Amino acid sequence: MTASIRRLALQIPLILTIAVTLAGCGINTIPTLEEEAKAKLADVNNQYQRRADLVPNLVETVRGYAKQERETLEAVVNARAKATSVQITPDAATDPAKFKQFQDAQRELSSALGRLIAVSESYPDLKSNQNFLALQSQLEGTENRIAVARRDYIEAVRAYNTELRTFPGILWAKTLYAGHKPMETFTVAEDVRRPPAVKF
Amino acid sequence: MPRALRFPAFACLAAALLLVIAAAGAQALTFPALSGRVVDEAAILDLQTRSLIEQKLAELEAKSRIQLVVVTLKSLQGTSIEDYGYQLGRHWGIGQKGENNGALLIVAPNERKVRIEVGYGLEGTLTDAVSRLIIENAILPRFRAGDFAGGVTRGTDDIIEVLSGNAQEWKERAAKRPEAAPEGVDIGTIILLIVIFIIVVRMMSRGHGIRRGRRGMWGAGPPVIVPGGWGGGSSGGSSGGGFSGGGGSFGGGGSSGSW
Repeated sequence: MTASIRRLALQIPLILTIAVTLAGCGINTIPTLEEEAKAKLADVNNQYQRRADLVPNLVETVRGYAKQERETLEAVVNARAKATSVQITPDAATDPAKFKQFQDAQRELSSALGRLIAVSESYPDLKSNQNFLALQSQLEGTENRIAVARRDYIEAVRAYNTELRTFPGILWAKTLYAGHKPMETFTVAEDVRRPPAVKF
Repeated sequence: MPRALRFPAFACLAAALLLVIAAAGAQALTFPALSGRVVDEAAILDLQTRSLIEQKLAELEAKSRIQLVVVTLKSLQGTSIEDYGYQLGRHWGIGQKGENNGALLIVAPNERKVRIEVGYGLEGTLTDAVSRLIIENAILPRFRAGDFAGGVTRGTDDIIEVLSGNAQEWKERAAKRPEAAPEGVDIGTIILLIVIFIIVVRMMSRGHGIRRGRRGMWGAGPPVIVPGGWGGGSSGGSSGGGFSGGGGSFGGGGSSGSW
């Protein structure tokens, strides 16, 4: 009994030492970075969702003043429907095809909204409508939040993908985390793009 | 090249490539030092205006813990004010850690741009639409007339008014916002260590009397590890009259204008 207790008392510090050493060697780095990147992707999704939620109100407001712009309005409604139907789950972030589909759908909504804002420039009554102004500033703010969330995601994915490909992370990536694939990220070209600025 | 060497070489190349891409993506911006609650890098504010605003901003933080900073910039360094703004806010860490209740009023006179940058925790109070209204009504008309001091003062007053009007509301909202796990040792690990410690002590206490002395020694000072960063936000601006950011973060909320 005494001997087994003594052995146990010796083993526990040993186990703890091994655990701490492994943590020091970066055994936790890959899952940590992966969770970080997934969280950032969730942020991106939230901001895109927030934009999609603004669209119906915006479309209704513009329709009240500019019925003749039916084509532009319909393009926005369709692009929104498409964008909300193509969601990207954290697990699908390693799938290039799905990621591209998601990015394309959001890009389409971006450009449709850009056209809508540009068109509304020629309606003075609409431009001075308080509701429209509020919606427009929310849309601008949301576009900006999307840009920030995307950049944070790009940075998180960069750290994660780098860890998978560099030493010592590559040792773990090849053994314990063999199923972990690099995550897809947004192309920088669209990231640089800014929401249309509206002068008063 | 031997096969054994090929993969490390590829990994090196990939890492180098990623580093280059990262460096190109995040243009290295330089930020002015956080010398106070009003950082007048562009030198457009007179001493009296600055000290008046500083006083109001200090009062705001004393009352509501909200950190509001007014900053004027010589240059946006080729990027947009939106891009510069959130990075500056994060760099300084304006707002309390965990509450993210910071905001910046940024003026770039050379680019003729102004922006209200709002931290995560204040986005519900100082909304994009409200920020836009403050910029359009209080700030831009005065800036157009060349009155920077007046525009900044009125803008600051309006922001403070909005922020103090809903102090209770934002506190509740900030409390609800889920926070990132603190860095360092997490509480689960500590509990696990304590449980293991108790088990070991228990098992030893069942042993001979000789062990009692050892137990006593162990029991006298269990190695309690206090993790760094645990226990909420650090208080900003408390050290010797100096001012520093509390560690808040920004996500691109707010509104911009130009004149």
